[in-house]
Amino acid sequence: MTTTEVRSSGRGASRRRALSARAVFAGPGLLYVTLFMSLPLLLILVYSFLNRGRFGGIVWEFTFENYARAFEPVYLKVFTTSIVIAGVTTVLALALGYPTAYAITRLSPRWRTVALVLVVLPFWTNFLIRTYAWIVLLNTEGPVNSALVDLGVIGAPIGLLYTPGAVVVGLLYAYLPLVVLPVYASIERVDRQLIEAATNLGASRTRAFLDVTLPLTLPGAMIGAIFVFVPSLGNFVVPELLGGGKTVMVGNLIRDQFLEARDWPFGSVFALFVVALLVALFALQAVISRRINGRGRARA
Amino acid sequence: MPKVGWLRVPLVITYAFLYLPIAVLVVMSFNASKTPFIWTGFSTKWYGELLNNELIREGFVNTMIVAVGATILATVLGTLLAIGVARYFRSAIVEAYSLAPAIIPDLALAIGLLALFGMLGVTLSLFSVLLSHVVFGMAFVAAVVIARLGQTDSSLEEASRDLGAGATTTFVRITLPSLAPAIIAGALLVFTLSLDEFVIAFFTDGPSTPTLPIVIYSMVRFGVTPEINALAALLLLVSFTIVLSAQRITRLTDSV
Amino acid sequence: MHRSIHRAATVIAGAAATALVLSACGGGSTEGADLDPDADLSQQSLTVSNWAGYYPEDLPDKFKAAVGTTTEITNHATNEEIMAKLTAGGDSGIDVAFVSGQFAQALNEAGLVEPINPEFIPNASNLYPEAKELSYDPGNAFSMPYAWGTTGICYRSDLVDEPTSWNDILEPSDENKGKVTALATERWLMLPAQKALGFSANTTDEGEMQQVKDKLIAAKPGLLAYDDTTFYSRLVSGEATMVVAWDGWCNYGTAEDPNIKFTIPKEGSDLWADTMVILKTSKNKEAAHAFINYILDPVNHAWVAENILYKVPNAPAMEAVAGLATDYPNMGLAPADLLKQESLVDLGEAGPMYTEIATEVTSS
Repeated sequence: MTTTEVRSSGRGASRRRALSARAVFAGPGLLYVTLFMSLPLLLILVYSFLNRGRFGGIVWEFTFENYARAFEPVYLKVFTTSIVIAGVTTVLALALGYPTAYAITRLSPRWRTVALVLVVLPFWTNFLIRTYAWIVLLNTEGPVNSALVDLGVIGAPIGLLYTPGAVVVGLLYAYLPLVVLPVYASIERVDRQLIEAATNLGASRTRAFLDVTLPLTLPGAMIGAIFVFVPSLGNFVVPELLGGGKTVMVGNLIRDQFLEARDWPFGSVFALFVVALLVALFALQAVISRRINGRGRARA
Repeated sequence: MPKVGWLRVPLVITYAFLYLPIAVLVVMSFNASKTPFIWTGFSTKWYGELLNNELIREGFVNTMIVAVGATILATVLGTLLAIGVARYFRSAIVEAYSLAPAIIPDLALAIGLLALFGMLGVTLSLFSVLLSHVVFGMAFVAAVVIARLGQTDSSLEEASRDLGAGATTTFVRITLPSLAPAIIAGALLVFTLSLDEFVIAFFTDGPSTPTLPIVIYSMVRFGVTPEINALAALLLLVSFTIVLSAQRITRLTDSV
Repeated sequence: MHRSIHRAATVIAGAAATALVLSACGGGSTEGADLDPDADLSQQSLTVSNWAGYYPEDLPDKFKAAVGTTTEITNHATNEEIMAKLTAGGDSGIDVAFVSGQFAQALNEAGLVEPINPEFIPNASNLYPEAKELSYDPGNAFSMPYAWGTTGICYRSDLVDEPTSWNDILEPSDENKGKVTALATERWLMLPAQKALGFSANTTDEGEMQQVKDKLIAAKPGLLAYDDTTFYSRLVSGEATMVVAWDGWCNYGTAEDPNIKFTIPKEGSDLWADTMVILKTSKNKEAAHAFINYILDPVNHAWVAENILYKVPNAPAMEAVAGLATDYPNMGLAPADLLKQESLVDLGEAGPMYTEIATEVTSS
């Protein structure tokens, strides 16, 4: 037997082995994802083209009606409100989260770990309890109001709770760590030598930051932004508890269509919209990050 | 070390923002008064009432059943999936597909699962919550393990196979030990996520077996009760312990 | 790359088709099950879903002692929450559910509830005659009333004058702006405006509902919040001065502060009934009937009324707790007073219109 023969027969065997290894290792997991993620999503896609049963459930008649209804002014208004509230939350999260992440990268390694753990830690306490904390804080009798009165900012306690502002604060509180982490990771990855090179060539620190760090960390910041924006749209608990039911977001719409109206087909339309938005934003992020990386490489 | 300088400002704001509400809850959990903010003295009675609260105890047991079960299943499936994806598929699409459940909006997944269970005639129970939690849990484990696989090179495994070891032997002797820290970290992540998960549980749980977050949801909806403050403090303690031990474990196993 | 997506799609479609075929095989009959009068009730066990805090806590223990059936009572916060579980398809695992009358009607039309077998519920004879002919289920064919009452305004008599009209909530005076709350669940969200405008609480007329919507949208800026669950504690804390409330729930406020009072606005209100239904999927139908019969026993039903401070539609039971009316006047409302109000029925095809209007109002 020559060496070439050994190699080729070995390759055939290893290909067969690789195929069976694929099945053994990835098979169960991929099957699980298909069964419990893809199938449910496909199901709501199918539902979105069906009619609602009179007492809930679905009727197997094909229709575009649900999609047509979604464009009625009521729902467009809910979309606008949601996008504004989720958008403001995202901007605030970036404004606070980006510099925080940046500051963390400047700490000594030991403090860096501590700082990161501290950012994540509140995230691990119950989300509902964290939201509840704000009911307590923003109440007319609560500490925020009394602090503002004591400082002379306001004369008498004002209604902070049950406002769109309270919803933004609640969402920001819920999702802020989701900005800090990806931004931190992307700042970490920026080559220090690039920044040094820029400053050596006479660029100010600010210039170096704006020209090098910021563009290179944009993909990470975008991931963070998506992690805040999309769940904010779909959150129904915060608008209910902190908005006093007076602020309606896409999440409330979906919940209400499934629970109150028992109009599953119509609720499915909005759920699909949130999924589609997520996919679209990730695609956009991928395109932008590829372009930035390409440019970075070309420059280097 | 470069100076932190003005960057202290956002740091301070962020940590104050993150921790003030929690601090307020913890302090209030020791307040004897039922009304918030009127400090009438130190008391641990809310902790006593909390432990005697049948609903919370039941919810806690239910949550533990789901979290433990989902963690075991998700860790096994997720680890295998990660190895399959990173070592045998090497396809970005398959990888994205495997990790998608981790980022898919929970509400969409929840109603999809509710529709699926309804259609299949599955009785909603802790088991349906468990199955649902495995979906995203598996993706998180896979993500952590894939990241680790990216750092370790596969030459050891190849050498083991070239020396005649079977796939199973290679997997048990070589692959698993090198992945242990990532697998443990992934498992802890799933466990804490499952403990806290509300939206999917809200839709896929049977009416007679509320998990702790569902119990908390109805408590919060039915008004301000000081027991919630005590619960918040305890949960914080539990999370703190888990996060710290996760750090410890990954560091210890990493250094080996 | 393209092929793998295609393959994945084929797999998903195949799996979906299988699921659809499986589900098509489901579906139950509308016939009532044959009940065994000699069934050993101690061998059966019940899961009952009721509103949180809407039953005496030791009910399961007492029922077990009396009948032998082990019972677990679970809680739901709203009708909608339990309806979602019951209509999701499959076996919800619940034997007896507590839902409001119009929801019981919807469950019946969807074929999900078991007809009541009157032979197994002799205690039904204790019900007021009026409670047997409520329009969502005349003759109590598939539901038994548990509690009933009306919706009105619960207010702090030490802070405001007695409200007389729904407009006191919908168009609050300046000093009460931001200090009133309204109920959030659709039917009761609409009720104040429907009555203030002189419409039926069951109206399906689009023109009328348009006016209702406009009135509610105009009322929104004056509200502190939409609140179904904590309105009475807002009165206690003084955060609110007037809230739309169910009569019994207002009593919880009165219990903490006697200045909290209940009134029915002059334009009239609704008559709601919370009922007990047996699910078709129940495997313990004898025990389920025994449970309902146990509740309707005068002694037990009186004990329930005392506990939840809601009126029960049980004549001897209400006589036994007549004394409660001293502290809680609305406990003394006679069936005839209640019948002056309008009984709520399911809206059928008009359901989505209500939902849409509710969305328009709350998102305005």
